[in-house]
Amino acid sequence: MSALWVAIVAVTLASAAIKAAGPILVGGRELPPQVNAVIALLAPALLAALVVTETFGDDGHLVLDERALGVGAAAVALALRAPVLLAVALAALVTALVRLFG
Amino acid sequence: MRNEAGRGGGGYLAGARAGLPFALAAGVVAISFGVLARSLGWGVLAPIVFSVITFSASAQFAVAAVLGAGGGVFAAIAAAVLLNARFLPMGAAVAPFLKGGPLRRALEGQAIVDASWALANRGGGRFDREFMIGATVPQFAAWIVGTVVGVLANDVVGDVERLGLDVIFPAFFLALLVVELKSGGRRAIAAAAIAVALAAALVPFAPPGVPVLAACVAALLGLRGRS
Repeated sequence: MSALWVAIVAVTLASAAIKAAGPILVGGRELPPQVNAVIALLAPALLAALVVTETFGDDGHLVLDERALGVGAAAVALALRAPVLLAVALAALVTALVRLFG
Repeated sequence: MRNEAGRGGGGYLAGARAGLPFALAAGVVAISFGVLARSLGWGVLAPIVFSVITFSASAQFAVAAVLGAGGGVFAAIAAAVLLNARFLPMGAAVAPFLKGGPLRRALEGQAIVDASWALANRGGGRFDREFMIGATVPQFAAWIVGTVVGVLANDVVGDVERLGLDVIFPAFFLALLVVELKSGGRRAIAAAAIAVALAAALVPFAPPGVPVLAACVAALLGLRGRS
């Protein structure tokens, strides 16, 4: 059980340090334009990668399962300009239905 | 600067409102974390303390996955650190918009979570500090409440998956990505495409966390001449 507590404390400290590093090191300085241009592209890159890993990633494998259909349904809904909450609800609904009947 | 000194209460509130749907998602994920932790024999206290002091879905699930599979403490810590390494570039990005000295900035940096960071992104490398902090508050609250619920009612884990609730985060991230792609133009689309390719290529080989971290490299596209 103590191994768990060691992990909890260490992960908390490491996680806090990671989040604090940028704000402390960069401080209030305005970043150069090139850096800003890179940062502007961080969001699309990170979000795209998160969508991929959370939709297709499964314990070190790429898999095509019910999640892909659900997220695909959300993509279609978003393309048709559906509200975000509706698209997300649709993703859960489709995933659940495919799991139920698939 | 977007926020004049002494103001910004509206920004916190607007952020909190924008964070509500993500809080719902965080709550559901937290329930499944609580259930999982309980099933691993972590008891009641440890999972709740973990959620309160760490507040990181990816790190906490990583620890649960590694320890649950019989892995060692160091492997668990390494996996969590790798997963959260993405907060390094994200923290550098918001740094100029935080307030106060190093200690206060470090504290404000703790409000960085994926959804809040993306919601507070105003394009062109600018961030709305109040909006980000405001958006994190309901998610933090939901994360704790959800963990408590999951730990105490640990027979709903099947339900989380059966209800398809495990796709709400990727669906939300997709919605945020669509906003980024609409406002970011061709460069944003190119960066996202490269990130998708990198992440997909690395998932089978790299430890968890590395694919998302490596996908940040796609943002270096910003160094190329104006398109």
